[in-house]
Amino acid sequence: MPGTPNIRGLRGLLAALAVTVLALVAGAGAATAADVPFPMVPKAAAGTQCVEEPGFMRTNHMKLLTHQRDDTVRRGIRTTQHSLQGCIDCHAVNDAAGKAVSHQSSEHFCVACHEYAAVQPDCFQCHTSLPSGQSGGQAAR
Amino acid sequence: MSDDRTNSETTRRDLLKVGAAAVAAGALAPGITLIAPAQARNPAEPASAKQRWGLLIDATKCVEGCTKCVTACNEEMGLPDHDRAATDPQYIRIVTVRDPETSYSKQLPVMCQHCENPPCVDVCPTTASFKRADGIVLVDRHRCIGCRYCMMACPYKARSFAHEVSTDQKPHNPRGKGCVESCTLCAHRVDAGRYPACVEICPTGAMLFGDLNDPDSAISRKVKEVSTATIRGDLGTKPGVRYVGL
Repeated sequence: MPGTPNIRGLRGLLAALAVTVLALVAGAGAATAADVPFPMVPKAAAGTQCVEEPGFMRTNHMKLLTHQRDDTVRRGIRTTQHSLQGCIDCHAVNDAAGKAVSHQSSEHFCVACHEYAAVQPDCFQCHTSLPSGQSGGQAAR
Repeated sequence: MSDDRTNSETTRRDLLKVGAAAVAAGALAPGITLIAPAQARNPAEPASAKQRWGLLIDATKCVEGCTKCVTACNEEMGLPDHDRAATDPQYIRIVTVRDPETSYSKQLPVMCQHCENPPCVDVCPTTASFKRADGIVLVDRHRCIGCRYCMMACPYKARSFAHEVSTDQKPHNPRGKGCVESCTLCAHRVDAGRYPACVEICPTGAMLFGDLNDPDSAISRKVKEVSTATIRGDLGTKPGVRYVGL
């Protein structure tokens, strides 16, 4: 009802606000990953420097990877500056047993963000998601 | 056959020469030498048409029952063994040829022949099959839709289709279900100035790898001296893989 003060409505609104503020104050100290809608992006290997500015990588890593893959497969250029395996080597996440997790796990560097963004990367249908030295050979005859 | 005998004489002489060079360069084991096929290319440089990589396989030296090249290939490329012969991938096949008139039979390895005029490239609807500047014929799995037209076009039955999900690939040979694949002439090794895995493992040195465009390479000198043949040369595919004693 425009123009007429609604005391009961206002009081209800205030009460709701108070409850929200209280809940926020109470929850701030105990916020867990599950409560916060933001991807828990694992840290890269200590002492390493990303090949590009992290902000740039967040937006453009797919373009760099696509460019590199065509250069490597079709032209035989073997620089490792923007190689997928390079990403995986630095950003490997280890499980409790100290073994690198594969893309089957939500903790995998690529998967952590891609699950959040609901974008499915096709890379790991063919490429290994494990760092060099930990992939290949187990199923080989 | 008389041709073969002269060939084997030349072969032995050539082997001694190569062997002497191997001693000079440091030999690891019979058949494994440390002479690089070429200088490792600068990683930033693309493959060049100056090279034409080729393979010379001496069938007379291929030992009956030996499958070492196949095993080494499977290991190098991370090919799985599901014990399903009909669908398991194979980059090298050991083929036994037999003369029905004399019953003479011989086994030899057959892989992608890296043709100069590859039929697989002609038929590919997505340009996934392609020939690199240095003559290596590859499948670009980023473009392969798994139609298998190339498998039908290949006169050498050199290509395989990945029927199963892969989980444990080698970083240098990404492979997945639904794509066609074949021998890459170990492009990842060649680019680094190394020999293909099969050539390195062959215990009798039956395989010779090198640059057919370089007149001074061992393979060029050998194909000039010895009578060699290509499989189905009548098709005009001009394979980069040649055979002695076929």
